[in-house]
Amino acid sequence: MPLAPSFTSVPVVVDNDKCIAEKGCHVCIDVCPLDVLRINDQTGKAFMEYDECWYCMPCEADCPTGAVKVNIPYLLK
Amino acid sequence: MDEILDGLSEVTCDVLVIGGGTAGPMAALRAKKKNPKATVILLEKANVKRSGAISMGMDGLNNAVIPGYATPEQYTKEITIANDGIVDQKPVLKYAQNCYSIIEELDSYGIRFLKNENGDFDVKKVHHIGTYVLPMPNGDTVKKALYRQLRRARLLISNRFMATRLLTGADGRVAGVIAVNTRTAEFLLIRAKSVILCMGAAGRLGLPTSGYMFGTYENAANSGDGYAMAYHAGAKLANLECFQINPLIKDYNGPACAYVAGPFGAYTANNQGSRFIECDYWSGQMMLEFFNELQSGKGPVFLKLNHLHSDTVSEIETILHTVERPTRGLFHEGRGTNYREKMVEMHISEIGFCSGHSASGVYVDDLARTTVPGLYAAGDMASVPHNYMLGAFTNGAVAGEDAAEYAANVDFAEYDVADLARERDRVLAPTRRDDGIPPNQIEYKTRRLVNDYLQPPKVTRKYELAQQRFAEVREDMETRMVVRNAHELMRSLEAASILDCADMAAFSSLFRTESRWGLYHLRTDYPEKDNENWFCHTLLSKKDGKMAAEKKPIDPYVVPISEDEKDLYDKQRVRASA
Ligand SMILES: Cc1cc2nc3c(=O)[nH]c(=O)nc-3n(C[C@H](O)[C@H](O)[C@H](O)COP(=O)(O)OP(=O)(O)OC[C@H]3O[C@@H](n4cnc5c(N)ncnc54)[C@H](O)[C@@H]3O)c2cc1C
Ligand code: SF4
Ligand code: SF4
Repeated sequence: MPLAPSFTSVPVVVDNDKCIAEKGCHVCIDVCPLDVLRINDQTGKAFMEYDECWYCMPCEADCPTGAVKVNIPYLLK
Repeated sequence: MDEILDGLSEVTCDVLVIGGGTAGPMAALRAKKKNPKATVILLEKANVKRSGAISMGMDGLNNAVIPGYATPEQYTKEITIANDGIVDQKPVLKYAQNCYSIIEELDSYGIRFLKNENGDFDVKKVHHIGTYVLPMPNGDTVKKALYRQLRRARLLISNRFMATRLLTGADGRVAGVIAVNTRTAEFLLIRAKSVILCMGAAGRLGLPTSGYMFGTYENAANSGDGYAMAYHAGAKLANLECFQINPLIKDYNGPACAYVAGPFGAYTANNQGSRFIECDYWSGQMMLEFFNELQSGKGPVFLKLNHLHSDTVSEIETILHTVERPTRGLFHEGRGTNYREKMVEMHISEIGFCSGHSASGVYVDDLARTTVPGLYAAGDMASVPHNYMLGAFTNGAVAGEDAAEYAANVDFAEYDVADLARERDRVLAPTRRDDGIPPNQIEYKTRRLVNDYLQPPKVTRKYELAQQRFAEVREDMETRMVVRNAHELMRSLEAASILDCADMAAFSSLFRTESRWGLYHLRTDYPEKDNENWFCHTLLSKKDGKMAAEKKPIDPYVVPISEDEKDLYDKQRVRASA
């Protein structure tokens, strides 16, 4: 069976103005237990790449600049 | 990141601890303390800083045996009764005797426990009989405090490596583990003299009713890899038919925390706001009453706090919205639920494996030894019942010490290189296809079938159908699963563990032809408890490549239970008052 790309709304939002990933920070990516955050090639900022979130909060709690906001995933909101 | 690289490195150590959540860090610390010359490696799929069930801390100890409040014998008795008698008491008693010293150790790490005005521990009553719940005022700091200790002890930590299979020698001893980097797919072979499994519960077995695959009660990284690895290494697994099913906040799927709110006066209620269970401590018997109420005209079920004073509610909110599952406040806000006004809707969870509320898991004795020489297990995946956080720490410590001693007296077991080659082929197979079924669909289908067929009440014919469907999914998984990067590869390996756990859940449930533990093993075609034939453990294992089950007698009790005590947990329903 062929594969289709599909899109989905993800619960974690990063404020690009606050994120200092270009200075070498990747704290949120380091701590996430589900390993779902990455650096966006285009913007150089952190973002949620995979919609596999336990809404647990280490990313938000440990970000040094308060750039991360965890929301409740839409399906269970 | 996530590009698939080809690579294999090999390292050796004396003691290898797999899983750096709760039990794992303590096991590693103790192994090193016991033998400072030993090389100890702590391997973790995520990052030890924030991994496992206690990722954001905990609000209290569920099962603390504190002098002045309870004795180890009383505790052992309560847990035996809560488990319908299916308990080897020795490890429970040992836990109860050791856990106070672990509290003191945690205290020395800077983790605080609630004290009253006299300076004594302020333990709360939540259980049916005794008093064991001890709040932790700075419970959000647990992970940080543990991590400081790991750094201080200079332990070797390997983050982002997922263990996939254990290696054993021709003599049956454990020889090491194969792990895969979750961001590069590079292999790591660790040869070890002893190995401690601390990989948590099987939390992604059933599908949450929200349909969100990661909206689980357990930390969703705990996909049951430890159970699958122990099984494939030939270890025995006990009482897996005693499922974990929890009373949770509906959709959010986190604990409603009657343990926190209960001592303040909150309770579980039906739609009329009335209590229907005597005690909010999680047990199969309590879950059965919960299930019955949900299905009845008085359902659904709620956590009731709206009768409490606003200041009391604020105090509860401060605890519940900052530790453990801190997004809970946000969830309630989104639904417009203010505890002062509305009751919180609850539901029962999907099924999982966890020894938190049962005696299920990889079978261990009172030294945390599995049935494979040199292999240990501790925490939620080991068969010591009602362990929770303090049990994970306490038995992690026991395992660490014994594993260090064992390692000091043996040489490395020789593994078979063919086993390594076979495992590399198994792991990499989905990377070698460019068309097929992605791991999330394999996983979704498995878990959806688990809900359809395995969720209690258990029906024999449904279980047999489940086994057929699982075999079809397995065929697809082995011949058609496809991944595009290292992250998906991790998910594909998890999907395989989940399917193994689903098969084990079905097999062990069919073996025990009686009903026991309330809802956890309610078999509609064998509705009665049958002590004559089934007052025993069941042990599942891999024999000649296939699943097999056997009975194991319960070790003679060291703390006797009298006739009038043994059914106390069956009396959960509030009696209608005259
Ligand atoms: C939401 C919630 C609330 C709870 N509340 C309380 C409470 O208030 N009081 C209490 O006493 N107990 C509570 N518990 C129970 C307690 O937290 C657990 O019993 C305990 O933390 C389990 O410890 P563990 O080491 O077995 O598992 P965990 O701490 O979950 O650690 C397992 C680790 O193994 C890692 N891992 C998994 N698979 C692999 C692999 N293949 N390779 C490498 N690593 C792997 C995981 O990433 C994880 O870090 C709660 C549990 C949950 C989920
Ligand atoms: S932790 Fe904060 S600042 Fe650092 S990369 Fe993540 S979002 Fe950016
Ligand atoms: S909430 Fe948890 S799982 Fe989700 S991105 Fe943050 S750290 Fe990862």
